[in-house]
Amino acid sequence: MARPAGDPAVATSCLVEAIPKPDENRRRIEMLSDPSALRGSTVSVDRALLTHDDRARLFRYMLMMRVAEERGLALYKQGKVPGSFYDGRGQEAISVGAAFALGPRDRLCILHRDLGAHFVRGVTPDRYLANYMGRAGAVTGGKDGNVHFGDRQLGCVGMVSMLPDMAQVANGMALAFKMRREPRVAMTFFGEGSTANGQWHEAMNFAGIHRLPIVFILENNQFAYSTPNELEFAVDPVQRAAGYGFPGVNDDGNDVEAIFEAAHDAVEHARDGAGPTLIECQTMRMHGHGAHDDMGYVPDGMLEEWERRDPIDRYAARLVAELGFAEEEVEEIREQVRSFVADCAEKALASPMPDPTAATAGVFAEEWEPLGDGEAPWSRWEE
Amino acid sequence: MAELTYLEAISDGLRTEMRRDDSVFCLGEDIGAFGGAFKVTDGFAEEFGADRVLDTPLAESAILGAATGAAIEGMRPVCEMQFADFIACGFDQLVNVAAKLHYRQGVAVPLVVRLPSGGGFSGGPFHSQNPEAWFLQSPGLKVVTPATAEDAKGLLASAIRDPNPVCFLEHKGLYRHVRGEVPDGEHTVPIGQARVAREGSEMTVIAYGSSVHLALEAAEQLGEEVEVVDLRSLCPLDRDAILASVRKTGKVLIAHEATRTCGAGAEVAALIGEEAFEDLDAPIRRLSAPDVPIPFSPPLEQAVLPQLDDIKEACRELLAY
Repeated sequence: MARPAGDPAVATSCLVEAIPKPDENRRRIEMLSDPSALRGSTVSVDRALLTHDDRARLFRYMLMMRVAEERGLALYKQGKVPGSFYDGRGQEAISVGAAFALGPRDRLCILHRDLGAHFVRGVTPDRYLANYMGRAGAVTGGKDGNVHFGDRQLGCVGMVSMLPDMAQVANGMALAFKMRREPRVAMTFFGEGSTANGQWHEAMNFAGIHRLPIVFILENNQFAYSTPNELEFAVDPVQRAAGYGFPGVNDDGNDVEAIFEAAHDAVEHARDGAGPTLIECQTMRMHGHGAHDDMGYVPDGMLEEWERRDPIDRYAARLVAELGFAEEEVEEIREQVRSFVADCAEKALASPMPDPTAATAGVFAEEWEPLGDGEAPWSRWEE
Repeated sequence: MAELTYLEAISDGLRTEMRRDDSVFCLGEDIGAFGGAFKVTDGFAEEFGADRVLDTPLAESAILGAATGAAIEGMRPVCEMQFADFIACGFDQLVNVAAKLHYRQGVAVPLVVRLPSGGGFSGGPFHSQNPEAWFLQSPGLKVVTPATAEDAKGLLASAIRDPNPVCFLEHKGLYRHVRGEVPDGEHTVPIGQARVAREGSEMTVIAYGSSVHLALEAAEQLGEEVEVVDLRSLCPLDRDAILASVRKTGKVLIAHEATRTCGAGAEVAALIGEEAFEDLDAPIRRLSAPDVPIPFSPPLEQAVLPQLDDIKEACRELLAY
């Protein structure tokens, strides 16, 4: 429908019409449930990029994110977490699958629903939980909270709340790699909500102009806090990639191997000097924006529909049904992860609160130091 | 030593640092083949190549964000805002990302933002501002405001070598009107050290940037024992130099072109009130632009910006107190 300009009454009526009615949401969910609309394990060809051990790792990292966030939420409900609590339940495949494609010297700016990427790079759950509790043993030592962290020793730069600011910073890292002719790649994440901000355009435009070695992971989890896609954009943001001169890929955000493959292709594309890729991952934020959010705005049936596509359950089933895993092997990983996270939680709880004198320290740097390299658990990087 | 204008000294400082260190590069709007709106980077693209004199799209957040990422990865970016006013369009990247990264994450961000600031040319409300106070409320940023050609070169070199984000305010009114002897080759001036621009015993004018020249002219014309302290850096502020001069003269006028409320002068006045109250022989005076946008029409602009007669009058009143 054409939108006549300059007539407030008409503009208002268009806005009202744009608000989705429950049945329209239903149609959209059905569209997303159609595998032919997306890249996914059911349509992709196994290119033998992943070994048995790689698959066990992918499963382990996703599960570690799920279990660590469940433990964090419990700590929040017990009053041990100041502020609120934010998780990425239902989105575990995206950060794990994408970060798994990176090499040790690549760099990341990780967002708040991407805990799995931190674990892939080598952060352990105790430091994550300590960060939520504001402890001295936290990644930021209590200077910043929740998932506003990046371990500089593991090649990560911590996010800020303003979105998508880190896309511009990741561009700058990629620019440095390009200027120095280093075969390195930057990767960053953002939600579909970020694509409405002007800085998103600036970042995509700059990356396109300079064909930067960067991979943008767009997590479309259907809502920016409470605002549905229909009120966020008129055209799916993945289609905008063409306007910036680089490929846009629509992917199944609940299929870890599909995400890994798309990220792998994009990382190699970037490393070869062919420029950026925008990968849109269709998923669902299964919890509220924060633990304080009751999600009353989510249409009936939508969560149940997505629950059936849970990335962890789905991958566990596929490991056994198609990828040569025994039931016992999967169960053993589950046990290992639960036990490891429980130990990590104890360690986090044992970490002291920071000394108040630290509050005024560290505003200025005395010297520049390089970021460290991250872990790169994909078997390709084993030497 | 060579006699250079303030603008030539900035170019010389930037060129010298780019020759010294391959990781130094410039980015901004129209700075490449065109040489920048004020020609600070004239000839740079020929000498250093387009990669190190990067013409950017009209996108200040992209400039600041890319500089932040490149700085984290070991480059030494020098961003040019075409006019200081346009930092507002990139402010979020500067104050929320670059300024806070070291405190939050231990990540150093060695970048410089060059900010052509100041009025006096009918630039109007969007090409005349002195936004230094915006940065002073953002912990993690250093702020320097050179008044002389020598300091322009030396402070720019120090800003480039500093491991933190540094806002370099270069007053457009000084570009071609101020000249002076500038050391050849590498030259640095420490950030955070004020200088006594003129010795005196009866009163002190504390100023920075363009106001230093107004103060010196006023002191000369009055023929009195007026001391002029050039702050050179607003963050870190040279508290010792300020307090030493106040203790020596007992009377203080603080002068700047920026607007009054919560301007840098307010902080200096508060410092003196807290630390040197008993050394004062007169109330602290402030001379600044009033709290209005900088108007376009010449008589309106002159009514807003501190003029030589204003500073002379304020000095006379203090001397007579």
